[in-house]
Amino acid sequence: MASLRTTSRLLASSRPLFRPATFARTYATVESGVQEPAPKVKKFQVYRWNPDAPSEKPKMQTYELDLNKTGPMMLDALIRIKNEIDPTLTFRRSCREGICGSCAMNIDGVNTLACLCRIPTDTAKESRIYPLPHTYVVKDLVPDLTQFYKQYKSIKPYLQRDTPSEDGLEYRQSPEERKKLDGLYECILCACCSTSCPSYWWNSEEYLGPAILLQSYRWLADSRDEKTAERKHALDNSMSVYRCHTILNCTRTCPKGLNPARAIAEIKKLMAAH
Amino acid sequence: MARLSGLQREVLSLYRKCLREIRKKPVDSRSNFKSYARAEFNKHLSVSKKDFNAIEYLLRKGARQLEMYSSPGIRNIR
Repeated sequence: MASLRTTSRLLASSRPLFRPATFARTYATVESGVQEPAPKVKKFQVYRWNPDAPSEKPKMQTYELDLNKTGPMMLDALIRIKNEIDPTLTFRRSCREGICGSCAMNIDGVNTLACLCRIPTDTAKESRIYPLPHTYVVKDLVPDLTQFYKQYKSIKPYLQRDTPSEDGLEYRQSPEERKKLDGLYECILCACCSTSCPSYWWNSEEYLGPAILLQSYRWLADSRDEKTAERKHALDNSMSVYRCHTILNCTRTCPKGLNPARAIAEIKKLMAAH
Repeated sequence: MARLSGLQREVLSLYRKCLREIRKKPVDSRSNFKSYARAEFNKHLSVSKKDFNAIEYLLRKGARQLEMYSSPGIRNIR
C-alpha cells in the first residue's frame, strides 16, 4: 500500500517539472539554432537521518540541481531531488500552494513552508534545509508533531455553547463580530511559529506555544462561543500563556503573514481584565 | 548488580511497563505479546551504551509502540 502511494505521488508531482522543457522546445523551433541557456547549478544541503539505523549520526547530504530545469519553489527542488536523484529522501508535502501546512521546514535558517519559499537565485551560495528546529525527527525532514497536536486538542478547538439559536437556524454574527476572526482563522497549524519560539523550545511540555495560543484566542474572540470563562480559566496559570516573553519570532516567521504575538497579547489583556 | 545509569533504568522501566500491559491481555495470547516485546528489545542489543541519541530515540519509539499495543482492542499479536 505504501509503495503504491509513493508512485502515484511521484507521477502527480512530475508534471510541472517538465513544463520549462517543453517551453524551451517550442521556442527553439521558432528560432532554430538557439542554444540552451547556460546551466545554473545550485547546491542543496539536506538533513538526512534514517530511523532504521539509529546508531548512525544525522548528516547533511549535498544535491546539485540545474535551476533552469527546476520549478521556482523549494518544494519543486525537493520533489525533483526525490524523483530524479535520490528516492530515499523523505519529506511531507501535499497541496504545494501553502494551504495544507505539510511542508513546513527550516530553509536557510528560517522556518517556512517549502512550497511558499522561492529558491534563492544566487547559485554561489548553497541552500541548507533542515527539519523544524527542536522537534523529534521521524525521518529526514519529517518532524514528530504529536505533542503539538495534543496541545491543540487540549484547548478544545470547537464551538461550545448550550443555548440554541433563537430561531433554531444558524448561530449568526454581525459583520463586526466576524471581523474579529480575520487574521486568526487563516492559521493552517504548520507549526512554523511554535518551533521558532525559544520559549517553546525550553517549555514545550507546558507552554502552549504561539500557534496553539492563536487558535485559543480564535475561540475566545468568537462571539458565538459561550464557554469563554472556562477557556480563560484553563489558561489561567503561569505556564500556558505567560511563558510568552514577546520575542516575536512567531510573527517574523509565519509563512501566512499572521501575527500570533498580537493574539497572545490580546489573551493577556483578556486575562488581566478577568 | 552494578549501579545503573538513568538511561538504563528508563529502558528497564519501559520493559517492566510492557510486562504490566501484557498482563491485561487475554491469557492465551500473553505469550505471543511477551515474545514480541522481548524480540523488539533484542533487536537493538547491539546499540552501544554510550550512543545516547540512539537509545533515547528507541525509548521514544518503544513508548509509542507500547501506547499503541496497550489499547484494549488489540487482543493478539503474531
